[in-house]
Amino acid sequence: MIISVASGKGGTGKTLVATSLALSLKDTCDVQLLDCDVEEPNDHVFMKPTITRSEAVSIPVPSVDEEKCTHCGKCGEICAFNAIAVTKQKVLVFPELCHGCGACSYLCPEKAISEVANNIGVIEAGNANGLDFIHGKLDVGQMMAPPIIRKVKGLIDKDKVTIIDASPGTSCPVVEAVKDSDFCLLVTEPTPFGLNDLILAVETVRQLGITCSIILNRAGVGDGKTEEYCLRENLPIMLTIPLDTGIASFYSRGVPLVEGMPQFKNSFIELFDKIGEVVNEGNSNSKW
Amino acid sequence: MKEIVILSGKGGTGKTSVVGSFAAIAQNKVMADCDVDAADLHLILSPSSKEENEFQSGQVAVIDEDKCIQCGLCQDVCRFDAISDFRVDPISCEGCGFCSHVCPVEAIAMNECKAGEWFISNTKYGPLVNARLGIAQENSGKLVALVRQHAKEIAEQGKLDYIISDGPPGIGCPVISSLSGTNLALLVTEPTLSGIHDLERVLGVCNHFGVPALVCINKYDLNEDNTRQIENYCLKLGVEVAAKIPFDNVVTEAMVKGLSVVEYSDGRVAQEIKSLWHKVAEVLA
Repeated sequence: MIISVASGKGGTGKTLVATSLALSLKDTCDVQLLDCDVEEPNDHVFMKPTITRSEAVSIPVPSVDEEKCTHCGKCGEICAFNAIAVTKQKVLVFPELCHGCGACSYLCPEKAISEVANNIGVIEAGNANGLDFIHGKLDVGQMMAPPIIRKVKGLIDKDKVTIIDASPGTSCPVVEAVKDSDFCLLVTEPTPFGLNDLILAVETVRQLGITCSIILNRAGVGDGKTEEYCLRENLPIMLTIPLDTGIASFYSRGVPLVEGMPQFKNSFIELFDKIGEVVNEGNSNSKW
Repeated sequence: MKEIVILSGKGGTGKTSVVGSFAAIAQNKVMADCDVDAADLHLILSPSSKEENEFQSGQVAVIDEDKCIQCGLCQDVCRFDAISDFRVDPISCEGCGFCSHVCPVEAIAMNECKAGEWFISNTKYGPLVNARLGIAQENSGKLVALVRQHAKEIAEQGKLDYIISDGPPGIGCPVISSLSGTNLALLVTEPTLSGIHDLERVLGVCNHFGVPALVCINKYDLNEDNTRQIENYCLKLGVEVAAKIPFDNVVTEAMVKGLSVVEYSDGRVAQEIKSLWHKVAEVLA
């Protein structure tokens, strides 16, 4: 089963939920924790994994053989990302704009374009507290997170419970991280910013056809509008975490919530059971 | 005219609350919300008289079933696993057009997408340019560039002194699009290990693009050991910590009221943000 954790607004507690959920389940099932917030991965700060495997992630970008090139301009015309420009004497390649689709090298009439690997980041895998830990890191100065997220998700083991920590927002990195999940937890806080971004996140997850529910973090701040929205939209609030300086203090020091406050472990196990029920119900419904 | 962008690396450190207050303090400026996929600045600035524009960007492949001979070449060449059973999954489609170019019977069209909207509006604190990326759409970097371009035009026409941009979290495409070519980045961080880790990465991006940075530690009193660690780190790199904002519920209370902190209260948070703006203005001068 794949459970993703997303939010819309940043800083609402995705990492707190993903790490504590993974740690609460590891004694009863095989768990993988995937940090797919590859721009700013933080799960390792809490999990302190032992990394046993590291692999560079690259995009295949064009390399032009000027001896063969006739400067016909075809590659520049077909590139949808303006990553290649042809002048009379030279072909200019902008690797940071290239999506690695391969169209230019395939369609070059002179076969003058080959592909070379352009590194954009790294994925690292290992073990943390008896569970599988995998994360990706986008290199500083690089633009494209989705290829790294795809690589991290390539290590999903279908026989395990996979928890995916997504990045904030609702654009391509979030879609890449969340798609193909069996269930999505949306973590929010009951403030106007939290609600505004939650609504966007709910729309995104629904567009992907994934069932979601809400985790209300820092309950006690803000107003009651988030709960009203959830009620109206029939979105169950599966877990409420109070605003508490103790919780904030453990978080600030990189201590997972269920280690600092073990009394929360049962809440996360119950959360997982509720998700299991919903996912199973969905599976049996779809048979009809 | 000077352009400042507020970034953080980690989300939820308080970028928009700081920018909302800057809007109330700074004179002669235009505001730009560059967090196009989770924009919140409008909740504080309450814009009116909106000018709406469509953002057309990117393409998505569509297969004409009547023309398709099911040869499978499109599926073979697609590197994004966007085609199966001779159908395109619009969410996975990257819009590269490879399939459309190779299709032997020209059965694949590339259709333009409406990828979002952008707006120019008036607020009580001056003009605001913001946007809304379509749900599950790509090209957020391009939409950010569009928002900045229009903010710049407004600033030039009105002979304004500042463009103040609220940036997105992270370090990827929309962040780079918000940052490149600006005069100053203000990095809002928090005294947590996650915040510190993410600050280091976003500072790396500022260095990479040659944009000078100032740091603001928000909720600094939540963990004073970590705050000292950030201060020492910044000292070592020669980056100024321009403000330390205490934790205070007034920030959330102001947000609930749809106001900036400096309008809502005159307490410690408001004072610190006011002094932060003066430092920013000095650095920009």
